[in-house]
Amino acid sequence: MARRVARDVPDGAYVNLGIGIPELVAQFVPAGREVILQTENGLLGMGPPPPAGAEDPELINAGKKAVTAVPGAAYFHHADSFAMIRGGHIDICILGAMQVSAAGDLANWSTGERDAIPAVGGAMDLVAGVKRVFVVTEHTTKSGDAKIVAACTYPLTGKAVVDRVYTNLAVIDVTTAGLAVIELAPGVSFEAVQERTGTPLIDRTADASPRRQSHHELSTHP
Amino acid sequence: MINKRFNSAAEAVADIRDGATVMIGGFGEAGSPIELIHALIDRGARDLSVISNNTGSGQVGLAALIANRQVRKMICSYPRSANSTVFPDLYRRGEIELELVPQGTLAERIRAGGAGVPAFFTATAVGTVLAVAKESRRFHGREYVMEMGLRADFALVKAEKSDRYGNLVYHRTARNFGPIMCTAADTAIVQVKEILEVGAIDPEVVVTPGIFVRRLVEVAHPAQESRLVNEGRCYP
Repeated sequence: MARRVARDVPDGAYVNLGIGIPELVAQFVPAGREVILQTENGLLGMGPPPPAGAEDPELINAGKKAVTAVPGAAYFHHADSFAMIRGGHIDICILGAMQVSAAGDLANWSTGERDAIPAVGGAMDLVAGVKRVFVVTEHTTKSGDAKIVAACTYPLTGKAVVDRVYTNLAVIDVTTAGLAVIELAPGVSFEAVQERTGTPLIDRTADASPRRQSHHELSTHP
Repeated sequence: MINKRFNSAAEAVADIRDGATVMIGGFGEAGSPIELIHALIDRGARDLSVISNNTGSGQVGLAALIANRQVRKMICSYPRSANSTVFPDLYRRGEIELELVPQGTLAERIRAGGAGVPAFFTATAVGTVLAVAKESRRFHGREYVMEMGLRADFALVKAEKSDRYGNLVYHRTARNFGPIMCTAADTAIVQVKEILEVGAIDPEVVVTPGIFVRRLVEVAHPAQESRLVNEGRCYP
């Protein structure tokens, strides 16, 4: 999944990666593309983890793991960091999901259970402010329940914010007409994807060029 | 002569009284002013409202301040951590208040407070439970929610070094909330590894201008929170 998402990250993009599978996208960016990673705790130009023993507890990413700074990196305080995010300067954010709805609503921060400790971090800022929001997630939960649903039952992170969903089964665009499958994983049929999805899907796998919401077209290198 | 230097962390926090609002810098352990927090634990001020991104880890630093029952309310974005049960336990028992704020909104509320801006509108959290009961308005066809600027009586911040005037430079991602918290507190108290003579810091690289800093404490070898946690340390 991470490899597939990386193909859609164009040269020159400023990208924020969430914790988990999204973090893996960095290592699959195709050769020849210069992509600048932002981590919202205050670094533009995030590099891979340092070798063991070279960690600096004051050089970490948003997941609080040790990272490095690439040549050309910049440090900044939180108001500047979130000016990048909320001010629409970051091109793409890639994050995980608990649920995505037919309208592109995202739930990824809380199960809403009474006993849960609510913790939101920067997720709501990212989905509200970043130009394009990519979700990477297993198509269903571990118990087989649909994560792509008609309406989210978990508390929302943002309303109508998701542009595209990458799962282990398919790539799905959020369009004004509804959720459109633009690509299937090898050996997976549209019907199999539909069966594991809690809302009707449109089959656009035959289209040569993927459809997207037109207000921010992206130059991809498929 | 301007001299913001205090001889000890204890002296620097000696007038933090019960009921005070205190901003505490740091994102996880990066930038956490652990010696100032421990001095505040020794000082014993209670009923505090603390504004900080997280709630600390283990039984040291911010987690220890909370464990010592000095904090009435936390204003933060992410009150969970892999290795602390202090805040979650108190919260589940209803013994500590939480105001959960999206991280960027938290930063902007602090920035606004420091800049004399009482409130602002943002798209963050619109349509979510964190926007419930907040005033909203449409601008250019999009809905925004009103958020209030944040100020504090004190800020506890860690920087790398300063000069006698309080001009600050930071270390890598330990900068995080430090610069904006210094602007938003009546009294910003900063621990640094080294206090230099005036003129020793190039004006081009100053991150926090000294006007925002009231008190400086030199802590040449600050403790590392994760190391204390790994060693199973417990403060006090």
